[in-house]
Amino acid sequence: MDLSYGPDYETFREEVRGFIAANRHLAPKNAGRAARPSKEGVAWQKLLIQHGYTARTIPREYGGFGAEPDILKSRIIAEEFARAGVPGGLANQGISMLVPTLLELGTEEQKRRWIAPTLAGDVVWCQGYSEPGSGSDLASLKTSARVEGDEFVVNGQKIWTSTAKEADMIFCLVRTEGDAAKHQGISYLIFPMNTPGIEVRPLRTMTGHAEFNETFFTDVRVPVDQIVGQRGQGWFVANATLGHERGMLGDPDALENRLLALIELMKVEQVGGARVIDLPALRDRLVALQAEVAAMNYNGMRILSNQIKGEPGGMAKLIVKLQACELAHQISALAIDALGELGILYNGSAHERANGSWQWNYMFQLGLIIGGGTAQIQKNIISERGLNMPREPRLDLPKGPSAQGGQ
Amino acid sequence: MDFGLSLEQQMLAESVTRLMRELCPLDHVRQVAEGGSAVSAQSQAALAELGLPGLVVPEVHGGLGLGLLDAAVVATALGEAVAPVPFCARHVMAPLALIAAGSEAQQAQWLPRIAAGEVRFGVGVHEQVSRRDGSGVRCTGGALTGTALFVLDCAEADHLMIADQTGRLHIVSAQADGLELTVLKTIDATRSVGELRLASTQAEALADDGGAAVRRVIAAGRILLAADSLGAADAMIAQAVAYAGQREQFGRVIGSFQAVKHMCAEMAAKNEPCRSLVWYAAHAFDAVPAEAELVACHAKSHTGEVGRFVARTATEVHGGMGFTDLLGLHYWFKRIGFDRQVLGGPEAVREEAAILQGWTARAA
Repeated sequence: MDLSYGPDYETFREEVRGFIAANRHLAPKNAGRAARPSKEGVAWQKLLIQHGYTARTIPREYGGFGAEPDILKSRIIAEEFARAGVPGGLANQGISMLVPTLLELGTEEQKRRWIAPTLAGDVVWCQGYSEPGSGSDLASLKTSARVEGDEFVVNGQKIWTSTAKEADMIFCLVRTEGDAAKHQGISYLIFPMNTPGIEVRPLRTMTGHAEFNETFFTDVRVPVDQIVGQRGQGWFVANATLGHERGMLGDPDALENRLLALIELMKVEQVGGARVIDLPALRDRLVALQAEVAAMNYNGMRILSNQIKGEPGGMAKLIVKLQACELAHQISALAIDALGELGILYNGSAHERANGSWQWNYMFQLGLIIGGGTAQIQKNIISERGLNMPREPRLDLPKGPSAQGGQ
Repeated sequence: MDFGLSLEQQMLAESVTRLMRELCPLDHVRQVAEGGSAVSAQSQAALAELGLPGLVVPEVHGGLGLGLLDAAVVATALGEAVAPVPFCARHVMAPLALIAAGSEAQQAQWLPRIAAGEVRFGVGVHEQVSRRDGSGVRCTGGALTGTALFVLDCAEADHLMIADQTGRLHIVSAQADGLELTVLKTIDATRSVGELRLASTQAEALADDGGAAVRRVIAAGRILLAADSLGAADAMIAQAVAYAGQREQFGRVIGSFQAVKHMCAEMAAKNEPCRSLVWYAAHAFDAVPAEAELVACHAKSHTGEVGRFVARTATEVHGGMGFTDLLGLHYWFKRIGFDRQVLGGPEAVREEAAILQGWTARAA
């Protein structure tokens, strides 16, 4: 066990701190959850890329910084930006999911055309995967693309397309080979959101806001070369990106920050003249969550060490999405209970705390437990891949190792 | 940067596991438990060969000079085997008490004999955590009077390390006048705890350090009980998964039903982060002492909660067979139950964690 980063890395940490101190006035003020970065946001992103504080290992010819992969340096960058409360690099679906996919499976032309503007925040993407009838069983998707001349003609409907309203482009799974087995009939297309025949309707959720959309395709024409991978291989192309999404949803720093906000809330809020943290039942729950967050933090350090050594993440990694999403939800739940009747105030009410964000988080995080591979799908993955337990008998799955997986 | 076990630590854990597979299979555990001694003589002798009595004793005093993380990986291996051998208190807490609060002369006198296995300590510090049934020990004029409950690893003890009500630690001989040690019968027949009655019993005091040493000893004990519980939970999950892979109902192995798979997945998902928490707590005990007490509380309380969930769920996966004595699954169930309560149950330990962070005043 050696938790020091060593002198070389501490020098690097000083460089990062120096950069932040010298440039933090340029950082966008309200980066928030906006789908499209502001002008300041784009400028900040470009500055970060230039210094290697985001898009760090993406080759220079594709608009990245071109550094050798170094997990510890990436970790230090994340730590220092979080500690300073300064927004780090953009982490939208284009950057987190499409860029790694193109790097792995895109043509040279696709890489050159799309990666740089996506990294810079100039091109915003949305993801067209789930459909009303295809959630966990994503491979059953029905949105079709028939070939007419040198074009695909896309018809169907996608759901959960967050940022579809703002996006310039979509990466989209469609069925191109109607006769093939379900996992073999899918292709991965990329096309502009202003293509005629696309309609985006906001999807209001339980939070009262429309964080997602439904996207409808009617005879949407897409040139046949706007495909990633070969026809019929879209399922395997998509699985490369699902791994990236799962990593994104389980960030231990995010848990730590939510916990610190909760501790602060319980120290500040008073009920009947006493601080909430002085109420034994609530304090007990707080310490229990603190222990769980600590456990997930150290679990994250263990995964990091395994990555450095080139070892597989194993069970420590398989459980992250399930545990981290659940824990985040419980942190919000305790905050609401700590606020008691004030916890139900919402939508800008008098006496509302933190703009109702604890309630919003509590509801939205339930969405995260369900999205990106439901908790139940996660448990299937943990039991099958982590514990080597047998699969449920499935009638629809062709034999062979390459055909596994599912959403 | 390397968060994990060293090669030596992995080898140490494997050695203990291998020895216990050979010398301490379930049939043997059952034999010892039903005999009522809580000590497997053959396991104890083999572990002594490995150097466990001197594990944390400095090399200058004839020990191996290893740290608490080394002790924790041993505890996990012992918990996995439900091994009936004194370890946490006798081989770790007692020498750590001497290291923390013994004079040079006391260390020179006791530590080599501990490392050589010539003296066998039980440890009574429970009154610093929880006083029940009027327990408590007073020190007057170098003699101890009162009752210490839940004296750990008391089987075959010839000496006892006892905390008085101020937290100061004392050594008493099990043969001393006015001393009476009664074994308490617990659910866990693989561990020995006792009730110690003292009436003006002569004692050798360690330094009066305001309770610093006893708090450190308790933190170490908590981390090791957490490590033990982790190992026992590992074993229960492995047995549940194996059983679910063999047992057939409705023409299928029950491990192919999602209801059963999800129970196993939940156990693994809750248990795996405990491993990192226990490792970090043990590491911090030596490397980041300022954090040690708090993170020991976290490790103890969280493994206590997860252990209870695993013990119950793994038993349920075994269905009716899990409830019987035939499979012996209950040895792990009870070991986890012991680990949860001793040196403070989750609620008590969480309250201490809150006090340590200044979140609430210490109750009078």
